[in-house]
Amino acid sequence: MERMNPRSRSDAYGSRINRSHSTIIATFIPWASILIGSFLPIFAIATALPMVPPLGFLMLIGWRLVRPGMLPVWAGLPLGLFDDLFNGQPFGYSMATWSLAMIAVEMIETRFPWRSFWQDWMTAAMLLLVYLIGGWLLSGAQPTIHSLIALGPQLVLSILIFPVLARLISRLDQLRLRRWRVVG
Amino acid sequence: MAPTGGRRSGYSRRAQYNIFTGYIVAGVGALIGAILLALSFFQPTLFGGLRGAANDGVSPATETAATVRTGSKSFYDALNGYYRAGSKNAALKREMELARIKLAEADAVRQENARLKGLLELQEDEVKPVAVARLVGSSSASTRRFAYVGAGSDDGVTVGMPVRSPRGVVGRILETGSDSARVLLLTDSESILPVRRAKDEVVAFAEGRGDSMLRIKLINLGINPLKKGDMFVTSGAGGYYRPGIAVAIVAEITDDGALARIVSDPAATDYVTVEPIFEGEAVEALATPIERELTD
Repeated sequence: MERMNPRSRSDAYGSRINRSHSTIIATFIPWASILIGSFLPIFAIATALPMVPPLGFLMLIGWRLVRPGMLPVWAGLPLGLFDDLFNGQPFGYSMATWSLAMIAVEMIETRFPWRSFWQDWMTAAMLLLVYLIGGWLLSGAQPTIHSLIALGPQLVLSILIFPVLARLISRLDQLRLRRWRVVG
Repeated sequence: MAPTGGRRSGYSRRAQYNIFTGYIVAGVGALIGAILLALSFFQPTLFGGLRGAANDGVSPATETAATVRTGSKSFYDALNGYYRAGSKNAALKREMELARIKLAEADAVRQENARLKGLLELQEDEVKPVAVARLVGSSSASTRRFAYVGAGSDDGVTVGMPVRSPRGVVGRILETGSDSARVLLLTDSESILPVRRAKDEVVAFAEGRGDSMLRIKLINLGINPLKKGDMFVTSGAGGYYRPGIAVAIVAEITDDGALARIVSDPAATDYVTVEPIFEGEAVEALATPIERELTD
């Protein structure tokens, strides 16, 4: 008799027999990955220009756009508070902008329920533009034209890195929904 | 992508309330953020303690990353050194001979200096650094230019102390945690430093522009005496920095001064020294309103 395919009873998230999702990992991964994104930029060398994309913010809108309905609308409040500890902007900037960004994405989603990745990328690019220019205006220093020009490379880099992060997030999402727990 | 049904709560009261509360909390979050933002505009040091504690928390990790970074950088430098080693070697030898001659001359000048200072009865004591630490991190995603050093108030670092590398001025301490401190880099648009031209007494202010250049603003306006390649050093005015530390080199002449490139790029720095404030009394005197008398 022919042997049955050992993977015939499993899908992308692992075996479907005797296994179940882990609630802890399913909730932990998105929040933790955004927190890590928040404090990764401080490891970068102290350059004379702002170059590193705001990874925390990118991860937040990434999770929100790639996996809608998973982060609650109020997620910007606690995550922004954490980001404020490390981002170098005046305290409270991330809390305010991250909350507003979550509400903005919610409104965009109501307006355009069916979207493709290009529209999501467009949304992310718009949010990044507003976020970085807002950061330039509300940095606590006098906004000068030169520091606005210096923002250019960072903005382009942030927009271009979004698809890469979206891929990373979808991988993390697969990891999140793997059936880790052994039942019985 | 298909829309999620998460927003349609149906007849369940509980689901309806949950969604509604979510929106309210998000709105309140934006509001609280805005209030905190306004507060930190008027009181920039208000949340310094919180941030300091957070940076103390991650400083073991950033310290390790800084060590690895420096290690890998010197590895690349070593590889780079092999490239055209012969011609470089010859050039270095020539330079070395010249430098030896210059060094002998400098010795003579130093001796004469000591003699003249002795005549004037000036005393110069060696400046002992408060702390030697690594630049462990930076606010690399923000418009503001801050860096973090791995020494804090436990090492005796206080707000206002100048931070320098072997090459020149890096910045000034802005906030201290117990074992990390935030440094305002020279290129930040809030940083102003009194400088003078190294070879004569042309005095100016060096202001950060926030785009990696410093703006040299001359104090005496008139014919602009600056030239490309002029070196600026600290003048000691203001009382924070010791005079004579390298700051910037003129890269471009403008109407009222010049644009200059910093000598000590923080990206190329690994160890920095935190020095005591040059003239603490002068700083205190400047901070005291005219109406009040200085007391001892």
